[in-house]
Amino acid sequence: MNKKAKKVFKKGFGIVFCSLVYIFLFLPIIVIVTGSFNATTTKPYISWKGFTLDWYVKLFDNSALLHSFGTTMAIAVITTLLATAIGTIAAIGMYKYKFKGKSVIDGLLYIPVVIPEIVLGISLLTLFSGTNIPRGMLTLILAHTTFAIPYVIFNVRARLSGYDNSIEEASMDLGANRITTLKNITLPVLAPGIAGGALLAFTLSIDDVIVSYFVNGQIKTFPLKVMESIKSGVAPDVNALSTLILLGTIILVILTQSDLLKKIRHKK
Amino acid sequence: MKKLSRHTFRSNTLPSMAMVGPVTLWLAFFVAIPLVYVFIMSFCSIDESYNIVFKFTASNYERLFNPNYMQIYGTSILVAFLTTILCILIGYPFSFMIARTKWKHKALLYMMVIIPFWTNSLIRIYGWRTFLGTGGWLNHLLMTLNLTSEPIEFLFNKGATVLGMVYCLFPFMVLPLYTAIEKLDQNLLEASSDLGAKGHTTFRKVILPLTMSGVFSGSIMVFIPCLGYFFVSDILGGGNSDMIGNLIERQFQSGNNWPLGAALSIILILITLLLVKLYQKAGGDMDSLGV
Repeated sequence: MNKKAKKVFKKGFGIVFCSLVYIFLFLPIIVIVTGSFNATTTKPYISWKGFTLDWYVKLFDNSALLHSFGTTMAIAVITTLLATAIGTIAAIGMYKYKFKGKSVIDGLLYIPVVIPEIVLGISLLTLFSGTNIPRGMLTLILAHTTFAIPYVIFNVRARLSGYDNSIEEASMDLGANRITTLKNITLPVLAPGIAGGALLAFTLSIDDVIVSYFVNGQIKTFPLKVMESIKSGVAPDVNALSTLILLGTIILVILTQSDLLKKIRHKK
Repeated sequence: MKKLSRHTFRSNTLPSMAMVGPVTLWLAFFVAIPLVYVFIMSFCSIDESYNIVFKFTASNYERLFNPNYMQIYGTSILVAFLTTILCILIGYPFSFMIARTKWKHKALLYMMVIIPFWTNSLIRIYGWRTFLGTGGWLNHLLMTLNLTSEPIEFLFNKGATVLGMVYCLFPFMVLPLYTAIEKLDQNLLEASSDLGAKGHTTFRKVILPLTMSGVFSGSIMVFIPCLGYFFVSDILGGGNSDMIGNLIERQFQSGNNWPLGAALSIILILITLLLVKLYQKAGGDMDSLGV
């Protein structure tokens, strides 16, 4: 009896503890979502003036905000494509071939992952300014791709570690050339790793503040727009857009994840 | 002989160059060269109109020993250390419970750690300011409950900065811990208890050593970024808990002394190198830092 009570108590304590952690994680989200329905029109937009959906309508009149969101998405899409292409091919190449200097490439790959983002940001700033590359869309894409590539490679590499080389040999023995084998055998097998890496690259890009802050020039991405508005108080339409982005991401992930899950189940 | 080498060239050298070439060039141009450039710049100076003068000087490094700066390094290390410890103390039991629960929606528990991070981190940190500020939700609640008559200032101190850092970096602790704990072999735990070990002995002698790798990689992924997250100490610390990141940011933006900022960045690079070396010495796997 005593032991049982102890067990129940332990379990209850566990549930309470985990719930508190989740409350901690979601509290600012609740603040943001609530703020998007706040009818207040005076800075800093904190005190509650009643419920309204106005901000979701007004959002579409705020062209600067919408523009920054468009910029963020464009950068994220191009970054994802670039990083996924370069990273996937590199991961396969590094797995299949032995060559000199491989450990150097490996070492360089870890740098953007472990180094504080601010160091990556300022080092790219000095490079772009030293080589007179005008800061803007191009430098943002180059910078984002730089920190995204390693994550794509690590994801694909994790998938490659369980890869059976003989299926490629079989494909070549049956007369397929290298490119056909890559397209029809290697890439489909690696697809989940590539998709995971691409998703990570995309989310890292849309959320990036620190690196973008140094290489943006006159271009304002959505996070930089938020940064700019923090001094005077974040307006409810920014909260509304954030809420919509969060909803969009959740839907996107549910769709892609369930699709992936279905595919895996189907194969089995 | 010649034929053979041409064969190796076509079947090995050429495809490997084609596949690994792009990433090599990319990393050389956008990681290696910029860092070397920062290193060179740290030995330069500026003239009256803030132009960089490429003439060797160690004056930036001398300035790093300025007592005001020393205090900021102290704050940085303290904040990063407290953040890491709190992330371990909260993250370990939390990861343990969500990784070993028998609930059928376990995947959901894991996803719920990641979901908040799909909202921009700046606006979430600002959310904390809205919650904790003098006109914020918490003070409102406390005053309605008559627990305080005057609003309490929770913000603009080191505590608020640590809270924001823990908030931003918590998942980087949980993810490696979750992976390490999920891999634990149930048989080992049963064997330990069959052999008469009590709960805490099993934890100390079996569970903890087997999951230490997760604690190490989590700590690296929390401590190092923490030093550079200048916007957290800006928004929540309000200038009262400036860290190395804030110092660097100022040199490159408003201060316009890039060589000094470069020298400050070298400190961060050295700290990173030192910690990564320690991590590898402790048997840490570099690959588990990535995902």
